[in-house]
Amino acid sequence: MNAVAAIAGRDLLKFIRDPGRLVAAVVFPFAMIFLLGGTLQLNLGNAAGFNFIGFTFTGFLGMTLFQSTAQGLTSLMDDRHNDFAQELFVSPVSRYSIVFGKILGETAVAVAQVLPFVVFAVILRVPLTPTHIALLVPVALLSCFMGGAFGLLLLNTMSDSRASNQIFNFVFLPQYFLAGLIAPITHLPWYLAALSLISPMRYVIDLTRGVVFAGSAEYSRVVLAAPLTNVGVLVLMFAVFMIAGTTLFVRRETNR
Amino acid sequence: MTPAIEVRDLVKRYRKGTTNAVDGVTFDVEPGQFFALLGPNGAGKTTTIAILTTTLTPTSGTVRISGHDVVREASMVRNQVGIIFQNPSLDMNLTGEENVRIHAILYHLYPYRPLYRLMPGAYRHQLRELADVVGLGADVFKPVKRLSGGMQRKLEIIRGLMHHPRVLFLDEPTSGLDTVSRRNLWQYIGELRRRHDITICLTTHQLNEAEEADRVCILDHGHVVALGTPRDVKGQLVHDRLYLDADDRAALRRRLLEMKVSFNEEGAFVVDLDGLTAHQVIRAIDEPLTMLRTESPTLEDAYLRILAAGDA
Repeated sequence: MNAVAAIAGRDLLKFIRDPGRLVAAVVFPFAMIFLLGGTLQLNLGNAAGFNFIGFTFTGFLGMTLFQSTAQGLTSLMDDRHNDFAQELFVSPVSRYSIVFGKILGETAVAVAQVLPFVVFAVILRVPLTPTHIALLVPVALLSCFMGGAFGLLLLNTMSDSRASNQIFNFVFLPQYFLAGLIAPITHLPWYLAALSLISPMRYVIDLTRGVVFAGSAEYSRVVLAAPLTNVGVLVLMFAVFMIAGTTLFVRRETNR
Repeated sequence: MTPAIEVRDLVKRYRKGTTNAVDGVTFDVEPGQFFALLGPNGAGKTTTIAILTTTLTPTSGTVRISGHDVVREASMVRNQVGIIFQNPSLDMNLTGEENVRIHAILYHLYPYRPLYRLMPGAYRHQLRELADVVGLGADVFKPVKRLSGGMQRKLEIIRGLMHHPRVLFLDEPTSGLDTVSRRNLWQYIGELRRRHDITICLTTHQLNEAEEADRVCILDHGHVVALGTPRDVKGQLVHDRLYLDADDRAALRRRLLEMKVSFNEEGAFVVDLDGLTAHQVIRAIDEPLTMLRTESPTLEDAYLRILAAGDA
């Protein structure tokens, strides 16, 4: 566990020391909730029949937790490029501990990144009770673990950090639309509905909305599936991605 | 005594490779020896080191470090070895101390603490001591990106020695260093070797660095082409040379021909002392000499001869 903590601590330390990422962690939620959410609420809120600020808040909260952790896993690619991975891979630490440490570290980074989202949401009077916030903690952890497992699986398809950028643009951008990040997806043509069902981000965002909108009149217009259904799908996907990703990663690292 | 490094019929073919990067390599290194692995680019040195340090699996053959198999007992092997990589393997976003601390925790030496001042006293003492030995001192607490190339190498040495490895692998440790830093680094490594009785396995392109080795192994195209002490390797392939000249060069040439020694004229007369001593040659010459000089071959001479023979 000490090794896992050291690997995780390193990622958090790198985040804290990166002024660019710290500024982005404040500016991005401000832009998404104040500007995008506010604009959508003013122009479409009444027609849609739900609060667009709460909708965009939950969308970007889930997306950030999921994507930040997934992209953080690609730092294993950067480490290999910068040769720090050599230090990790010659140490007497199991490959599973390395992967687990990376996911924990990137989870801590992602959670730190979404704190400003919650602050801005409270300022804009998104109805968040202490119960909501308490329930969002396990949701955030599950979302991050899901992102970590997904990132690990993707990592095995990449040859260098440039390829990782291209694959992430290709893989994540479509999910913004298929997961209902900004606009509802209650009505989709069958082929997009099928793609949406295999998009992991859909379940992360829908679970976040299920918790925040629970008990509100808007629930049925915003949430696609019951939170327990989303949890079940996410746990299953996490298990499959994690086992496949770790197995491929360990094999690829040692059997080059 | 169990060899520090034992390599038997080692073969490695990469998944997309059409030839073996390492092809039937066999050698032993005794504990405490300074062993140098030499060869041109693509000879198989880095692949061999990667297998010896468990980051790559062999296609066939066996490799043991201090008696532990690198495939079946990889974790035991990792505890026994320290590595200074060809390319810096430091995290540039952290301080030197933070890099060392992560290493110490990965090797199960100390529990994880998020701050230096919370680390056990034994860790802080060990770090200070090693930093002083390599001359890094308080600079170990600076961000790595603010350290010079030489200082970064010293930091890697500190890190590589934290867990008291029995075998230290140095993969071209002086690449990118200036002459002064290079000389200082070898002084530090020599001192550390004497203090801790560490087995050293070096790969380098700087052949003068391998002159001090107890044994050298020259690889070419994945094969061992020479193995032994530097003196043996040189002795098998190149001989001492005697440089002579005289005012009466014709007479000196006649004399050398009468002696049936092998020589050529490169400005002066250069006699190849194959089985002869310089004294034997000089004693047989009556002509007054204007030049007299002996020259011992270097490992580089032998190395170039071996590679030229291989290409031929």
